[in-house]
Amino acid sequence: MTAPATPLVSGESGGPRPELIGGTARLPGKSKFVVAAVLILFLLSVARATTNSPDVTSSGTFGAALRLAIPILLAGLGGIYAERCGIVNIGLEGMMIMGTWFGAWAGWQYGPWWGVLAGVLGGAAGGLIHAIATVTFDVNHIVSGVAINILGAGVARFLSSLVFTPDTGGGITQSPGIQGHIGKFSLPFVAGGRILGWRSPDVSGWLERRRWFFLSDLGGMAKGLTGDISLLTILSVALIPLSVWVLWRTRFGLRLRSVGENPSAAESLGVPVYTMKYIGVIISGGLAGLGGAFLVLISSGIYKEGQTNGRGFIGLAAMIFGNWMPSGVAVGAGLFGFADALQLRSNKAVHALLLMVAIGLLLLSVLWALRRKPIRAAVCAVLGSGFLIWFLTSNRVPEQFVGFTPHLVTVLVLALATQRLRPPAADGLPYRKGQVQ
Amino acid sequence: MKLRRFLLTVAAPVSAIVFAIVLCSVILEAAGYPAFTAFHSMWTYGNKTSSLISIADRAVPYYLSGLAVAIGFKMNLFNIGVEGQYRLAALVAAAAGAAVTMPAFLEIPFIMLVAMLVGATWAFIPAALKVARGVHEVISTIMLNTIATGVSAYLLATYFQEKAKGKNIDLVPKTKALPKSGQMPALNRLLRAIGIHIPVGSDLYGFLVVAVLIGIGYYLLIWRTAFGYDLRASGVNPFAAVASGVNPKAMVIKVMVISGAIAGLVGMSDMLGFFHRYTTDFPTGIGFTGIGVALLGRNHPVGVAVGAFIFAYLDRSAQILDLNGIPREIVTIMQGVILLSVVVAYEVVRRIGQAQETKAAAEAATRLEGPAPREPVPA
Amino acid sequence: MSAAPAIELIGITKRFPGVVANDDITFSVMPAEIHALVGENGAGKSTLMKIIYGMQRPDAGEIRLDGKTVNLRSPKDAIAAGIGMVHQHFMLADNFTVLENIVLGSEPVRGLTLDLAGARQRIRELGSTYGLHVEPDRLAETLEVGERQRVEILKVLYRGAKILILDEPTAVLVPQEVEELFRNLRGLKAEGVTVIFISHKLDEVLDNADTVTVLRAGRTITTVKPADVTAHQLAELMVGSELPKPDTQESTVTDVVELDLDHVEVTSADGRPVLHDVSFQVHRGEVVGIAGVLGNGQSELIEALMGLRPVTAGKVTLHGQDITQWETRPRREAGVAYIPEDRHRQGLLLPSPLWENVMLGHQSQPPFERSIWIDQHGAVERTNEVVAKYDVRTPGVDVSAYALSGGNQQKLIVGREMMSNPVLLIAAHPTRGIDVGAQAAVWEQLKEARRRGLAVLLISADLEELIGLSDTLWVILRGQLVARLDPATVTPVELGSYMTGAGDEHAPLEALP
Repeated sequence: MTAPATPLVSGESGGPRPELIGGTARLPGKSKFVVAAVLILFLLSVARATTNSPDVTSSGTFGAALRLAIPILLAGLGGIYAERCGIVNIGLEGMMIMGTWFGAWAGWQYGPWWGVLAGVLGGAAGGLIHAIATVTFDVNHIVSGVAINILGAGVARFLSSLVFTPDTGGGITQSPGIQGHIGKFSLPFVAGGRILGWRSPDVSGWLERRRWFFLSDLGGMAKGLTGDISLLTILSVALIPLSVWVLWRTRFGLRLRSVGENPSAAESLGVPVYTMKYIGVIISGGLAGLGGAFLVLISSGIYKEGQTNGRGFIGLAAMIFGNWMPSGVAVGAGLFGFADALQLRSNKAVHALLLMVAIGLLLLSVLWALRRKPIRAAVCAVLGSGFLIWFLTSNRVPEQFVGFTPHLVTVLVLALATQRLRPPAADGLPYRKGQVQ
Repeated sequence: MKLRRFLLTVAAPVSAIVFAIVLCSVILEAAGYPAFTAFHSMWTYGNKTSSLISIADRAVPYYLSGLAVAIGFKMNLFNIGVEGQYRLAALVAAAAGAAVTMPAFLEIPFIMLVAMLVGATWAFIPAALKVARGVHEVISTIMLNTIATGVSAYLLATYFQEKAKGKNIDLVPKTKALPKSGQMPALNRLLRAIGIHIPVGSDLYGFLVVAVLIGIGYYLLIWRTAFGYDLRASGVNPFAAVASGVNPKAMVIKVMVISGAIAGLVGMSDMLGFFHRYTTDFPTGIGFTGIGVALLGRNHPVGVAVGAFIFAYLDRSAQILDLNGIPREIVTIMQGVILLSVVVAYEVVRRIGQAQETKAAAEAATRLEGPAPREPVPA
Repeated sequence: MSAAPAIELIGITKRFPGVVANDDITFSVMPAEIHALVGENGAGKSTLMKIIYGMQRPDAGEIRLDGKTVNLRSPKDAIAAGIGMVHQHFMLADNFTVLENIVLGSEPVRGLTLDLAGARQRIRELGSTYGLHVEPDRLAETLEVGERQRVEILKVLYRGAKILILDEPTAVLVPQEVEELFRNLRGLKAEGVTVIFISHKLDEVLDNADTVTVLRAGRTITTVKPADVTAHQLAELMVGSELPKPDTQESTVTDVVELDLDHVEVTSADGRPVLHDVSFQVHRGEVVGIAGVLGNGQSELIEALMGLRPVTAGKVTLHGQDITQWETRPRREAGVAYIPEDRHRQGLLLPSPLWENVMLGHQSQPPFERSIWIDQHGAVERTNEVVAKYDVRTPGVDVSAYALSGGNQQKLIVGREMMSNPVLLIAAHPTRGIDVGAQAAVWEQLKEARRRGLAVLLISADLEELIGLSDTLWVILRGQLVARLDPATVTPVELGSYMTGAGDEHAPLEALP
C-alpha cells in the first residue's frame, strides 16, 4: 500500500492523528465578508494617508493587483478541481509553465486567442500525465506533482531551444513577442467606459483624484477593478461563479465531488471513479495552463523562463486559504495579487504595507486575547510590534526583500489564518477500484 | 526471495532509463536531430577521465541534496526547501569562514558546522509552521526558497560583500575569500596513487570523502537506530507510529532539522574545493535536482549515490551535444522523464512484489493449516 | 409460486491469489422472498455479494435474473438490472446531504442543472411508501447509525431496485434498531421487493428469513427453511463443528487497582466535551467491558488512555502512578499494551517485515533496543516466539505484514502485546473481521492473560463477546458512563436498551457510584 499523500492541510496539526482534518467548514457569511472587505480597505486608507503613499490604494495598484491575482486565481481553481476529486496537485506550477510556453508559442504564431487555447491544452497535457501517474499507477500524488514540475520546466526549456531560435528574436529563456492584443473593456459610468462610442463619465477616477480619506481609496479600487480590464480577465473572473455552478449544481459536479469525498460510495453507485478523476485533473491542468497563458498574454507579452515564479504554489495556498471553495480562492488570490502589485508599484507602498501588517497583527492579537488564547495573542503581539518597529525605524524596505513580498504574505496568511478548514475527505488518498469493503 | 526482490527493485530504474532514452530518441528524431549520434557522442564524451572527474565533482552536491530530501521522504515529509537552505548556508558559512582564520583541522569543520546550523535553522521554520499551525511543508518550503534568495542577496550586498579594490569594479558581488586553511585539498594525489592519469585542469574535490561519510551515517541512522525505526514507522503508517509512542510533532521538527543540516552541506564541496568564497555565480538548482535524485534512488544511500551519478553524468555528457548542433536541453527532458517513469515503475514493481508475497504467504498458511474441515452435517 | 426465481446463481467460482473465495456456488432466490445467506467470516459471502452487484467478475459461473442470463460488468449494470446493495460499511459521503448521497449516480436533471426539488419530492414519497423517513437536506455526518442505514436503503429503492442485498446489516445496530430494520424489510417484501441479507447471527436469521442458504469455505453447503433447522444445527452447518463461545469461568479479580480513572474529562478540538466525568477502575485479573453504540466516546476514551489525546480534567492513575499528563511512549514503557480497533490503521506497518511489526509499540524496550541502536537479532527471536506461541501462519519473519491474512495479522498483534509483559491491556474490538478459528484463539489468549493477573479494558461492538468475557460491564452513552451492569445476568437486549439510552426507564441493575 502506498502511503497516502498528506492532505495539504491538517486542522489540528500533529495531534493524535497526524493527518487529521479540521472541524466543520465555516465560510464567512456574505455580511461578514463585506465587513471584512470594508475593514481592510479602511486599514489601507489609514496606511495610505499616514504614510502619504498614494500607490497603496491607487487605481493603478488595484488594476495591477487584479492582473496579478488572475493567474493565482486560475491555479487555485485548478487546485479545486483536482482536490475535489481527491487528487492533490502540487504539479500546478509545472502545468502553468506548460501554459506559459504553449500560450506564448501559439500567441506568437497565430495570435492571442490561439495562445489562450494552446495554453489551456498545454496545461491539460500536464494534468493528463499527473492523472496517469496518480490514478492509473497509484503514485504518491506529491511525488508525481514534484516530478511534473521538474518535467514542465524541462519541456519548456527544450522546446524554447528548438523553436525560439535567435533568428526569431527569441532565445532559450524567452519567446518573441505576441502578435496582437486581447481586447479591453471599461465599465461605463463607473470607470468611464464607452457605450456605442460615447464616453461615459469616469466617476471613480474623479473620486480617486480628490484624495479624500476612504472615499478616494474606494474610488481607486473601483477604477482599478473595472477600468481598462482585459477580456481574458473578465473570462477568468467569470470562471468563479461558473465553477460554483458546475461543482454544486450539475450532475458532473456532484459526481466529481463524490469521488473526492467517498470514492467507494461513488463506485458502488456506478460513478466511473477513474474517469471522473482523470477529468478533474485534466481540467485542473487546463486551468493552470490558462493561468500561464494569462501571464504571457496579458501580464508580460512574452514568455520568459521562470516567470511563473511559484504562482502555481501560491494558487494552491489560495485554495487552502479559501477552504476548497471558488469564492474563497478568489479572496485568497486577491490578497496575494495585491501584495504582488504593491511590490511592483513602489517600494514606498510596500513600506506602507508594513504598517498595515503591524496594525492587522495587533488587532488579531487583541482578538485572540479576548478569546482567551494567550499564546496566539502573544505571538501576534510580538510579530505586530516587530513590524511596527521596523516601519517606524526605516524609510524603505530593502530592495531584495520587496521581490518576495507575495511569498512572505503567503506564508504569513497560511500561518495566521484560522485553520477551520475542510478538505475533501478522500483528498490525497490512494484509491483502487473494486476494493470496496 | 531476497534476490528476486532485489532484481525487481533494480528493474524499475533500469526500465525507466531505457524508456527515457527511447522517448527522447523519438523526440530528437521528430525534431530532426540524429538520436543515435546524440547518445553515442554523450557516451563517448561522458566516459573520458576528465568527464568522470567532473561528474564525480557534480555528483557530490547532488548526493547530499538527495540525502537531505530522502530523509524527509522516508517519513513522507517533503522538504522542497533544500534549494534555499543550501544557498543561505553557503553564504553565511563563507562569510564566517572568511572572518576567522584557524588551522585547517578546525577551520574546515567550523565552516561546515556554520553551514549545517544555518541550513537547519532555515529548515526549522517550515517545521515549526507545520507543527504549530498545520501549514503544509511543500508550500512553506517553496515560499521560503524565494525568501532565502532575497535574504541572501540582501545579506551579501549589505554585510558580507568584499569591497572592490582600486578602480576594479566588481560586476559579481562576492564574499571575501576563505583563508588558505579553509580550502580543502583535492584528491588528485590519491587518484594518481592508484594509477589514474589526471588531465590538466581536473580536480577531484576532497569533499567527496565527507559525502561518503554522510552517506554511511545516513544509513546507520535510518536503518540501525531506534530513532530511524521511529522515522520509518512514521513514514509507513503515521497512525500506527503515533500509537506506538512516536511523538509526531517532535519527529517532524527533528527530521526537518537534520534534513536542513545535510542541505547546509550541499554547497560546501564547490565552496571549499573550488570557489573558496560565495559569489552570485554559485551553482543553483541543486536543491531541486536533489528531489529527483532521491526519488530515483528510493531514499537509500546507495541508490541515491547512483541517482546522483546518473544526473551528473547526463549534465556533463550533454555538453558535447552543443558541438554537434543538438540542443542539450534534451537532457532536462530526459531527467524529467526518468523521474516520472521511475516513480511509476517503482509502483508497478511494488505491486508485483506484493502480489507474489501475498500468494506465497497464503500458500504457506494453507500448508500449515490442519486437516480439511469435516464434512457438512446434513440438515 | 411457479414463477422463475428472482435471482439464480449457477456454479459461481472466484479465485484470488492463494485462495478460492467462491467455489461452484449455486442457489436461487424466489421473488418477494427474504433470503438469508449465512456463513462465518471468510466463507465467501462478501465476495459473492460483490459478484452479484457487478463489483467483481466471477471466473466461472452464471447469474440469471427472472430466468434470463445476465452479464454484470459493473455496479452500473447491476443497478440497471434492478439489483441494489447496502454495504456493511455504509457508503455515504459525510460532507454530502442525504439528498446528494441518494441521487448520486442517477441524478435527475432539468436542462443542465440538477433537479433538486424533484429529487426531494421523490425521496419524501419513497420515505412514506416504505416507512423510511430521513430529512433530505441534512448533512450525512449528522445522521445516527440507524438513519444512515435508512439512507442506504433509500439509495437502492430510489434506483427502482427489485432485489435488495444487505451485507451484514445488523452488525452495527443495537437490538432495538435491528427490530426496526426487519420491520422495514418486511414492508419492502410486501411491496414485492426481494431481499437477500448476509448474517452470521443465527437467531435473527431464523426469526426473519423465509429461506436460508449456508456457505462454508467458499461453497454452498445447503439451502433450508428456518422451520426445518435449529440454531444449533445451523451453526454446525456453518462452521462444520461446534461454534466457539466466549465465556470466562471463575472470577480472577483481585483487589489491586491497576488502572484508575477519576472524573476524566476530554474535549474535542473545538472545545466540545467528548468524554464527561468518566470514573472507573480496572483491577488485576479483571476484564472491564465498555459497551456502547459506535461513536459515543469509545475512541476518545482509548486515545486518552494511550496518551494520544489530552485529558482536560480529572486524573488517570496506572499502577499507582499519576500518568494523566504522560506521553504515549512512557505509558507503553510502563506496561500499557494496546490492540487497536483498526489493525491496518493503527496496529501494523503493512509493507514492513514481521519482525519490525513485532517491535511496534515496544521499540524503546528490550529485546528490541540496545542503547540507541535497534537489536535486530532480539527482534527476530521475539518474532519467532510470537509466531510459534500464537500460531501465526507465515512462511517466515521477513515476510511483509500485508501478506498475512486478517486473522494471522490479528494473532501477531495479540502475541506481540501479550509477550511485552503488560500490566494493562486495552483491547478494542479484538476479534472484528477475523475468522472463527482466529476469534477463538484470541478469546483464549485474553482469558489466559486475565488468569495471569492482567488488567484488561475491553471495548467491543460484539455484545456476546462483551458479556462473555467481562467481569464488569459499563455502558457509555454520549461520552458518559451511564450504567454499570453485571455480565452474569444481563441479556443483549437489556444491554442494547442501555446503549441507546432507553434503559433509563428501568432501574440500573446496580446503582451508579
